[in-house]
Amino acid sequence: MSLISIVCVMLISFVAGIEGILDEFEFHQPLISCTLIGMVTGHLKEGIVLGGSLQLIALGWANLGASVAPDVCLASIISAILMVHGLSSDIKTSYVIAFSIAIAIPLSLIGLSLTKMCRNLAVRLVHNMDITYHVAKYHVIGICMQGLRVLLPAFILVMIPSTWVCAILNVIPIELFKGLVIGSRVVCVVGFAIVANVLASKQSWPFFIIGFALACIPGIPMIMLCFIGFALMWIVMLQKNAIGSKKENKEDPLGDIIDDYE
Amino acid sequence: MKKLSKLNRLHVCFNHQFLQGSWNFERMQNGGWCFAILPALKQLFPDNVEYNEAIKRHLEFYNTHPYVSAPILGIVLSMEEARANGEKITDADLHDIKVGLMGPLAGVGDPVFWFTLRPILAAVCASLALSGNILGPILFFALWNIIRFAFLWVTQEMGYKKGISLISDLSDDLLKNVALGASMVGMFVIGILVQQWVRIHISGIQLELNTILPGFVGLIIFFICTKLLKKGMSPVLLIIVLFLICMLLEMAGILVI
Repeated sequence: MSLISIVCVMLISFVAGIEGILDEFEFHQPLISCTLIGMVTGHLKEGIVLGGSLQLIALGWANLGASVAPDVCLASIISAILMVHGLSSDIKTSYVIAFSIAIAIPLSLIGLSLTKMCRNLAVRLVHNMDITYHVAKYHVIGICMQGLRVLLPAFILVMIPSTWVCAILNVIPIELFKGLVIGSRVVCVVGFAIVANVLASKQSWPFFIIGFALACIPGIPMIMLCFIGFALMWIVMLQKNAIGSKKENKEDPLGDIIDDYE
Repeated sequence: MKKLSKLNRLHVCFNHQFLQGSWNFERMQNGGWCFAILPALKQLFPDNVEYNEAIKRHLEFYNTHPYVSAPILGIVLSMEEARANGEKITDADLHDIKVGLMGPLAGVGDPVFWFTLRPILAAVCASLALSGNILGPILFFALWNIIRFAFLWVTQEMGYKKGISLISDLSDDLLKNVALGASMVGMFVIGILVQQWVRIHISGIQLELNTILPGFVGLIIFFICTKLLKKGMSPVLLIIVLFLICMLLEMAGILVI
């Protein structure tokens, strides 16, 4: 990597790290950060494809209660840097991408302990706010600290010579690469399961079934399918509220008859 | 009569985007909340002692979903404005509003933004990106941020203009309905995703499977995953295990690309 590329990658990692805690502009989502790293290192197309694949895997990652999801932010930065290293070998691009994803997800666990550390250190920052009233100053320090959380691991990874990564890639048998590609298509199911565990209820399962069934009709764009889902939800909510108001409204002769009839 | 200018409220809204910047294990988003409201406090309390007091009362515990925090911020802005104009509003009143709203609103923000809107947008844009189309990332970034900032600004203004009366509009029923509606659309989308994106090819029988039971292998894996996650298995471990199984089955010739 050239010096300019390295500086740009560091900048992207810093901003992604900040976003990892803010969760506002979404720079830390793979779709954005992998594309940006690909862009500044001259692998735009590969970066976009990596971002898309990892985004599908990571779209449900969010921390809930006991189970801690992998760190999206570090996973996307690590996988993008690994991919850039790996692309200097003559291994097929899709293999390099699958390899980067498979390595980056376990490595992203480092990010979790680092963010815990930052959140502990931030206690001191707010204590300083209490005493000095310099809220803005310490808040900005807190934000930068979160940026460094990702910048430092990214820097270490960037400094690793590409030849090392290529050497590893070269000893991996083709069969294993194929397995990684298959795996990278399957593991998105974990993210879907995380989302489903949050949203599932006896009212929402029917929607899952309809979505699952409609999606095997080829040729309907995803957005249009979502419209169908939205309209169905709308109908159900109207029905639900109509029933609710009927119960309150006692002067409903027909309703009374129907109710008595039961 | 003191009044927060529109520019000032925009400044607050801009700062509010950094709500979680100094997230800490003691009082969580308190630093970010105070940072957000700082421009308004500066305008309302030019006197240094009053200003410092105001900072102090906004450094208390606070934690909610970073977007639905905006209407709370709007309400508190209107209360602080009234207070600066001599109305009797105590620290306890402010505390009650914040604490009373942050829980119920977070219960809506998580399913709506993290588990419905983002998965939908991410899935649509990721499928564009998988074909190498740069529109994928650009659309994702642009749409998300337009929706997000519009929501932050509009709901903050709503809170500011309606003040405490907004609370009666945000009835429990309404919030529950929004969360329920979001969960329905969210589950619908997950159904689509399980069908379309869990791509498995079992050598020999996949074509037959696709005509009779399309997507069922993915569905079975999906249900196993939900069960394992509920039992407390770490998602990272689950992903590693899935990778290993796929590699083994590939080598055994059962799965093909």
